[in-house]
Amino acid sequence: MRFDSLLESLGGTPLVGLPRLSPSADVRLWAKLEDRNPTGSIKDRAAFYMIQQAEKEGRLTAGCTILEPTSGNTGISLAMVAKLRGYNLICVMPENTSSERRQILEMWGVRIISSPAAGGSNEAVRVAKGLAAEHPEWVMLYQYGNEANALAHYETTGPELLADLPTITHFVAGLGTTGTLMGVGRFLRERVPDVRIVAAEPRYGELVYGLRNIDEGFVPELYDASVLTTRFSVPARDALRCTRELLEQEGIFAGISTGGALHAAIGMANKAVKAGERADIAFIVADGGWKYLSTGAYNGTLEEAEARLEGQLWA
Amino acid sequence: MAIEVRIPTILRNLTDGAKAVDGKGGTLDELFADLEARHPGLRARLVDEKGLRRFVNVYLNDEDVRFLGGLGTVVADGDTVTVLPAVAGG
Repeated sequence: MRFDSLLESLGGTPLVGLPRLSPSADVRLWAKLEDRNPTGSIKDRAAFYMIQQAEKEGRLTAGCTILEPTSGNTGISLAMVAKLRGYNLICVMPENTSSERRQILEMWGVRIISSPAAGGSNEAVRVAKGLAAEHPEWVMLYQYGNEANALAHYETTGPELLADLPTITHFVAGLGTTGTLMGVGRFLRERVPDVRIVAAEPRYGELVYGLRNIDEGFVPELYDASVLTTRFSVPARDALRCTRELLEQEGIFAGISTGGALHAAIGMANKAVKAGERADIAFIVADGGWKYLSTGAYNGTLEEAEARLEGQLWA
Repeated sequence: MAIEVRIPTILRNLTDGAKAVDGKGGTLDELFADLEARHPGLRARLVDEKGLRRFVNVYLNDEDVRFLGGLGTVVADGDTVTVLPAVAGG
């Protein structure tokens, strides 16, 4: 495959079957390898669409500074696109994210502003909104509320999945900004009768939920519950176990949030087997495992890995 | 046997610091009413006149109850109910 530039190579990722983890010939699991994007994660799609949209609207012009709250992958994707297009980037990132993400952002010349670990991404969003108010000249793309994020998946990820798997019955992905699930979910619902759209939400350690008040919670503006069939909260241990299973059984080295999506996908597969229904279940491999090596997710026993993840933002 | 209800850090002032409390009931609504008898004030933090509060997520055996039956979700002995504040990802 030949492309005129790196950005042109975005998307078009492989969908691979999981012959060992699929329970039967009638109930099959399929992994969409989003780590095969230019910076190694699914966030490249949203970052490219958000920047392109802001350029079209005239909000972004050469030399502009972009501000974004991110736990890592979106920042890395924005850094690449910003570099190629001549923008500066400031990322507000919770201090409890893996060191690889920080190193990669710094490598691209991104300025990182840390937000407190307690409260996780909620705090990063709050800090970024405050900075945006103080600096009206900065452009906040705001992945949690930017329709271009969901649109990227409506126009690219969704059509790719349906073209590769016309018999799809379930779509499973991690829930963060909700952009992937909203975009792919809407696209599939318009075309596949009774398709099941399933969210796998990471359940972090207590520190991340350490908000001062329960009314300070956060629901992304993009989120529309009517697109989803159901939503699971996946504990770190289940996500870790499935991340390792994917590596051992199918040879796929994925990040920890992928284990969460796989856990929910296997749950749906078992349900289909019990009900005697056929199923083609596609789930998203959001990124590879490289950026999480320092978290210790892949070494030692599950208990040790789980203990090391406590308090970290692993998705 | 009872239903185990896991309480997030910010609500443990209402459960004497307990991370999990036991309760009973046939539905989530009845379970919360049962908890209220021993932990006054807890129900009002989870539920308002419209149902579950916007920034409160409740999971029955890890599945979001908003997709099951909301406060009418059927619960049974041996189930685990997890209460968490809504947080951002990404």
